Amino acid sequence: MHYVIVGNSAAAIGAVEGIRSVDPNGRITLFSDEPYHTYSRPLISYYLFGKVTEDKMYYRPLDFYERQGVEARLGTKVSSLMLEEKMVVLESGERVSYDRLILATGGKPILPPMPGRELEGVSSFLKWEDVKGLEKTLFPGARTLVIGAGLIGLKAAEALVKRGAQVTVVELANRVLSAILDESAAAMVQESLEEHGVRFFLENTVAEILGTEGKVSGVRLQDGTVRECDRVVIAIGVSPNTNLAKDTELMLNRGVLVDEFMQTSVAGIYAAGDVAEGYDILYRQKRVLPILPNAYKQGFTAGVNVAGGSQSYRGGFAMNSIGFFDLPMITAGIVKPEGDEFTVMLAADKARRLYKKMVLREGKIVGFIALNQIDRAGILTGLMDKEVDVTPFQDDLLREDFGYVYFPKEYRQQQLLKGVLEGEPS
Amino acid sequence: MKRVYAREEICGGCKLCEVHCAVAHSQYPHDIIKAFLKQETKPIARILVEEGRPISFALQCRHCEDAPCTKACITGAMQKDPVTGIVTNDETRCVGCWTCILVCPFGAIKRDESEHKVASKCDLCATVGGTPVCVQNCPNDALVFTDELWRR
Repeated sequence: MHYVIVGNSAAAIGAVEGIRSVDPNGRITLFSDEPYHTYSRPLISYYLFGKVTEDKMYYRPLDFYERQGVEARLGTKVSSLMLEEKMVVLESGERVSYDRLILATGGKPILPPMPGRELEGVSSFLKWEDVKGLEKTLFPGARTLVIGAGLIGLKAAEALVKRGAQVTVVELANRVLSAILDESAAAMVQESLEEHGVRFFLENTVAEILGTEGKVSGVRLQDGTVRECDRVVIAIGVSPNTNLAKDTELMLNRGVLVDEFMQTSVAGIYAAGDVAEGYDILYRQKRVLPILPNAYKQGFTAGVNVAGGSQSYRGGFAMNSIGFFDLPMITAGIVKPEGDEFTVMLAADKARRLYKKMVLREGKIVGFIALNQIDRAGILTGLMDKEVDVTPFQDDLLREDFGYVYFPKEYRQQQLLKGVLEGEPS
Repeated sequence: MKRVYAREEICGGCKLCEVHCAVAHSQYPHDIIKAFLKQETKPIARILVEEGRPISFALQCRHCEDAPCTKACITGAMQKDPVTGIVTNDETRCVGCWTCILVCPFGAIKRDESEHKVASKCDLCATVGGTPVCVQNCPNDALVFTDELWRR
């Protein structure tokens, strides 16, 4: 059996580990267009400001491929698929046949068609290469404009501030982190970032990047304002990198559609991670969930199934743990509900920048925001994942010491005594 | 695998498990006085006593079979030992992003911000071997270290 994996990040590594949990001997070939040993994409902002050094960027030890029996063809781009012939075609023209294929090609930055994108000093913020480029040319006081106040944009902004840059963020929405925060929480986060020197322009965007002699010199915003700057970081968002799947019979929506076994519409071909579109158990529809835990789990599931095992991943939901300077936050699911089927519970302390919001539907938690008070938040995501009816202890959810002690005894013991209860399903 | 289980009916809530856990994982693992006196920042316990109403119990990492923290870890620092089953965090690689806290359904991972930010969790006292110190020091045997069926 020859498994071919395209990609080299969390989903691809999950796939390798999933395959090996079932099939210790099958041949695995992994292709990556990047030249690096598997590294962690979310660490690039840490790398930029020096918290993580080169040797700590790697997602698995340097002998990983060898130990797992993987032929890693790094710096080798797959340029197309020949599904009929069961072959991948490399950029060099070489064709490699497979028995099973896993697409873990990740996401690609959304680059709006604004003039000036090609100027020197404009970069995106997704790959190691992006920050390696930035790092080399960044100087103290560099006026840097970040387009987008999402997770990536603000992580970039934080790292740039720590590197001594002057940072301005432009965001189209009315608030920062609009995908994971509501207005109240976003205002607290924005205020904190402003205290660290970040300037914001909300409900605005860059119409044109201006340049002189091929280099960035400024931007013209949508409202006509012109601001001078030395660097531009485009962090508008990420979309599934479906280049290989396009123009094939693989069914696509935003991402490559997969079932609960991570199989695509074509038998023997699986997809996982930011390129895949699996089921979201909260929105009750297929959605791309570009977060690392989901990528790894999908990848592992794909690996198990591709190797003849049987494991289903019924779906995930959006969840993030992120922080800027000393302000951490954990959020999950539906944080700004619309409709009367939702119940919202709130606790806020503006002075201490504490904010907790709980969103319930049909007696179950379907979303929450925990700002600056993140300890044990996983209990909440656990309740969401297991779709536990929280009605019996609903009023305790916002307590600072919320924990298992508030659970009904039977449920608590089921969870905490797992492994020593007689007669429990094994 | 052997895990630590709490018997909530007989836990007195004295928190000695927390104290001994903190000491065992401090810079002075064998000296309770020095651990609290000499260490610049107070040592952190990797076990938590939950209390409320008439009951209390200690809770620490369950060393889950499918350990979600290891799957969610963005650096690869959190790993489950394939032989012992113990889940440990390589603190030299952890960056304190708290994604493990996001996914741990037991709320068993703590933030240690005493030096550089790292996730702090129960390692079943694996570096020392034998019975974990929380179990050893529980005055009324409310903590049990076992892999046998004993309930119901």
